[in-house]
Amino acid sequence: MNGPWHSYVYAVGRDGGDLDAAAAALTGFGGAPLRTVAGDGLTALVSSVPADDFGTDGLTERMADLAELEALARVHHEVVEAAHARTTVLPMRLATVYLDDARVRAVLSERAAEFSELLSWLDGHAELGVKVYADPVRARAEAAPAAPTAGSGRAYLRQRRDQRRLRDDAYRAAGAVAGAVRDTVAPLTRGVVAHRPQQGELASGPGENVANEAYLVPRTRVREFHQALAGLTGSDAGVRVEITGPWAPYSFATRPAESGAA
Amino acid sequence: MSDPLTGPGGAASPMRTSPAPSPYGRPGAGPGSSANLADILERVLDKGVVIAGDIQINLLDIELLTIKLRLLVASVDKAKEMGIDWWEHDPSLSSRARTPATRPVPAGEDQPAVEGEAGREAGWEQHRREEENR
Repeated sequence: MNGPWHSYVYAVGRDGGDLDAAAAALTGFGGAPLRTVAGDGLTALVSSVPADDFGTDGLTERMADLAELEALARVHHEVVEAAHARTTVLPMRLATVYLDDARVRAVLSERAAEFSELLSWLDGHAELGVKVYADPVRARAEAAPAAPTAGSGRAYLRQRRDQRRLRDDAYRAAGAVAGAVRDTVAPLTRGVVAHRPQQGELASGPGENVANEAYLVPRTRVREFHQALAGLTGSDAGVRVEITGPWAPYSFATRPAESGAA
Repeated sequence: MSDPLTGPGGAASPMRTSPAPSPYGRPGAGPGSSANLADILERVLDKGVVIAGDIQINLLDIELLTIKLRLLVASVDKAKEMGIDWWEHDPSLSSRARTPATRPVPAGEDQPAVEGEAGREAGWEQHRREEENR
């Protein structure tokens, strides 16, 4: 039988009080207080969640609804971000739920060596996202009248060919910028993870996302990272570069291949 | 450290008194509240440490969720590669999926209808032409 409350884990860090301070300053789902659960030199940031809503059925139902999922994701993210602002943390994936704190402690013990190594690797680093967009519509608007005029099929086809050429140019330019981004930031980063390009209803802004990467950057070099890319943002009409973060090191919480210089 | 049973599980917990409809959101801006939802979802759902929790969400449901999200935040092309195309029959998604300027297509002559994305694009153009010639 499950109790009426489960333990939801947001992030794991080291012992030492930073997460205790974060817990005291924050609330979790439903405004519930946060607390820390310690074991084997590690500390988990936890809040109690109602078993009815955070059991298998409750979570499945909630996560299938985009509005509910957004609410879950934002609270989870806010707690992780606030903890990350104070200390090095491993963000947990959304919906990491245990029956009680004793189970959380047991997992900390089981994974202590791995988590400690990861925390050492991530120490003093943050994640920055870089998305490169091709914007052929904008490139096209600058080069030719937008709406196809009614006319012969041949004229229409010629127009379509021209549009496709412009589109291809925009994608080529975006690909070149994406490559330049990687080369430019390589000396400033400890690792890189490629996310899937964003496409669909939640993708933001004009154009199509052709590259979506996360970089692990020393916190002291975040400004330098931005400055290094300043020359690449907006250099081409058909290309847009968007930098996000600094994030907690979500994309590096499972250790990827290293890249760049230390 | 704290004991879960003496934690916030008391009768006065805000959990039980939170107003509907979505008690898990929070009023007021937090540090990450301005971040783009797609950026957050790809991180909290696709990244982060995966440890086996006690609460397991049904695998099939996770898969469905993942597919839905990939269509929302990630690549339609990838879904096509996986042989998934149900959004073509979903009116709320198909208009997006058919937006012509969303992916590169090799320059060249108009093609007859073929399999996949190129076929859909060709079909879309066919449709456009028929409309225009009307």
